[in-house]
Amino acid sequence: MNVLIDNLALYGEGLLGTVELTVYGSLLALALGFVMASFRVAPVGSLRAFGTVWVTVLRNTPLTLLFFAVMLGLPRFGIVLPFQLFAILALGCYTSAFICEALRAGINTVPTGQGEAARSLGMTFVQTLGDVVLPQAFRSVIPPIGSTLIALAKNSAIAGAFSVTELLGTYKTLNELGYSIIWSFIWIAVGYLIVTLSISAIFNLLEKRYGVAR
Amino acid sequence: MTTSTALYDIPGPLARRRHRLYGVLATIVILAVVAWVLYLLFDTGQFTAAKWTPFAYEGIQEMLLRGLGNTLKAFAYAAVLSLALGGVLACGRLSVHRPLRWAATIVVEFFRAMPVLVMIFFVFVALKVQPLPALVTGLTLYNGSVLAEVFRTGVNSVERGQREAAYSLGMHKTQVMTYVLVPQALRAMLPTIISQLVVALKDTSLGFLITYEEFLHAGKLIAGNLDYDLPFIPVVMIISPVYIGMCMLLSWFANWVAKRQRHSPKTEAVEVAPPEPGTLMPGAGPHP
Repeated sequence: MNVLIDNLALYGEGLLGTVELTVYGSLLALALGFVMASFRVAPVGSLRAFGTVWVTVLRNTPLTLLFFAVMLGLPRFGIVLPFQLFAILALGCYTSAFICEALRAGINTVPTGQGEAARSLGMTFVQTLGDVVLPQAFRSVIPPIGSTLIALAKNSAIAGAFSVTELLGTYKTLNELGYSIIWSFIWIAVGYLIVTLSISAIFNLLEKRYGVAR
Repeated sequence: MTTSTALYDIPGPLARRRHRLYGVLATIVILAVVAWVLYLLFDTGQFTAAKWTPFAYEGIQEMLLRGLGNTLKAFAYAAVLSLALGGVLACGRLSVHRPLRWAATIVVEFFRAMPVLVMIFFVFVALKVQPLPALVTGLTLYNGSVLAEVFRTGVNSVERGQREAAYSLGMHKTQVMTYVLVPQALRAMLPTIISQLVVALKDTSLGFLITYEEFLHAGKLIAGNLDYDLPFIPVVMIISPVYIGMCMLLSWFANWVAKRQRHSPKTEAVEVAPPEPGTLMPGAGPHP
């Protein structure tokens, strides 16, 4: 218990770092995932191919390798950014591939008849997309997106090993200060549980509010 | 477009011409980006002979191969052990004894909600274990818990009639499990199990962070060598295709199995799930 009370500031900073990585990473992943999903369902061949390559490559890349390449590789091109930004970039790009697949699967669950009916009522493409297809797709993608974002929060631990301030990294300082390692890890675990369970709670609420009534 | 979506009609001649124009424009943009990246690579001197000579030396090739061997070794241990742990935990969760079920549920939910890296670091730092056992333990705990959920959903998704028929033939619960439910569930779940193993293979690279001498670690050693002008980008260019290739091969295998199973009469009573990366939601969700 002492470990937590004595180092509340340190733990707070770490938790904040994890939350920041998760939130910014999620935003980037959602934005990029949306773009890639729209590429993958586009009627234009080269965009579809680009989206497919993006998803296939990133889904099969170990995240550690991606971190390694982004954190240590981009500076070779003269791109120097704070480590946290690099971490968000790596996390966001990696997760965008999974978000893209979830969104595409969601769009594909909308029956063809829905779009046909919308068009036969004279709706334009934008209206069809915004008023008919996307609202229905949104309902069915809530659970998969939720689990993807939880995975992102858990993956953000890797950033700690690349010297970004976040929860897992606090063990090093505590270790040097001579606190019990086991207890410091227990509190780190509690921190992660708080983050993952809150994301889970948010998405359960969303699911309850907007999910498809089956 | 061969598949029809709700998004648009089958394009007519005018729309097809427009799409072709977009296609040409998009191709130009993509090629421009590729060209820019290539220019950057050349401009920062990534293709100079000095940076690529190390890969011609036998010692360095051996080091890379040894790293790859260590990666595969960790993967093999983790795969076998997590399948075993998954089986045990799934038995626990499907048990008729309530305390056993609760204990298994707590274990599964806890390890699924924890980042793998926290477990690996805990075993490595707090329990002071060698890197390989630490890595394997972490991977086993996480993937075993996820696989336990996969096994459990698999057994539960076998049509109810199968279980009822088995009981009415006078089988007892172990027989129902081993002769009727598990064989069907395993076949149907095979694609998902394989894609969870892809996750395990990808996560072996976490060993790099606890100084386990695996593939990425070997790459790091070469990349940090001043004699060869710090060949960082060449190392990434050699390592990533190997990693991505291995994972893609395994994912492709999972897809192939899934496609076969869908037409197989042996899995008729179970709905074959498409292979998905194992990131189910902890807690109450659509997958209880």
